[in-house]
Amino acid sequence: MPSKAIVGEKVGMTQIWDDQNRAIAVTVVKVTPARVVQLKTPDRDGYSALQVTYGSRRPKTLTKPVLGQYAKADVDPGKQLVELRVADTSEYSVGQELGVDILAAGDKIDVTAVSKGKGFAGGMKRHNFKGQGASHGNHKHHRAPGGIGACATPARVFKGTRMAGQMGNQKVTTLNLEVVQSDAERSLLLIKGAVPGPRGGTILIRGAVKGGK
Amino acid sequence: MNPTDLVDRDSLRDDVPDFAPGDTLKVHVRVVEGTRERVQIFQGAVIRRQGSGLRETFTVRKLSFGVGVERTFPLHSPVIAKIEPLTVGDVRRAKLYYLRDRTGKAAKIKEKRVVR
Repeated sequence: MPSKAIVGEKVGMTQIWDDQNRAIAVTVVKVTPARVVQLKTPDRDGYSALQVTYGSRRPKTLTKPVLGQYAKADVDPGKQLVELRVADTSEYSVGQELGVDILAAGDKIDVTAVSKGKGFAGGMKRHNFKGQGASHGNHKHHRAPGGIGACATPARVFKGTRMAGQMGNQKVTTLNLEVVQSDAERSLLLIKGAVPGPRGGTILIRGAVKGGK
Repeated sequence: MNPTDLVDRDSLRDDVPDFAPGDTLKVHVRVVEGTRERVQIFQGAVIRRQGSGLRETFTVRKLSFGVGVERTFPLHSPVIAKIEPLTVGDVRRAKLYYLRDRTGKAAKIKEKRVVR
């Protein structure tokens, strides 16, 4: 369980020069200061997490039950309510503002987001199947998956056999990415490498939970 | 304008001179040897400029001991200490790949006389 987490919005990708004058690809993430709306504790909720919001939204566009949640915490309504799992909520308080400055350059982070939807995709695109020959008498089976199992034994298709189906538009976590720059002035976070999801998508950032340091 | 342009602004150089394919350049390249750093000069004709913004690159071709050598630099790279334009070339294309197939006098780019 990470000790710190934050929510952001993917802006896009670009490149930046490192100290050895090499170009490194970075993802730019807009991290608007988040306001803590509620603390979830193991005693009361069974797990510990921060419920936060960010940005602003007209109160008129919200339902009264949701407005009540904001009113109880005395926090201005934001774009959406997001839950961030953290190991211990005791160091946080309701109404507290979390900025991008909780992360520093060099920190290892995990990024969770909903990946770009690819729709119903075949085996070649979804599982990198090889497909079949273009010629040698092949007829209308160029992108077909081939066999999916044996015959009378086991007389069924095993569960989990890779086939065509929905690809993307699912929650994906990329582990151990590196923070290249944390710009509190412009509320921007530069992350080395790619991050799941489309531009403008909501992404959850937490301190890395695996891989040692 | 792209949303990442503001981030790119810090990485852009502001001392890029005006040059086009066909021009002869002296590119002063920073070379790190162990702990020492020195400047090496790569002089030749620009045969291509490609991309835009921070990602723009250009390729310089020169003959080194009778062998054609091409080197592509990111235009805004900090590796480049200085770009020094020498002559303006009289060419009709944006990409001068035809120079690769030519040798001797045929590979020469005519110089365009311009008032600097």
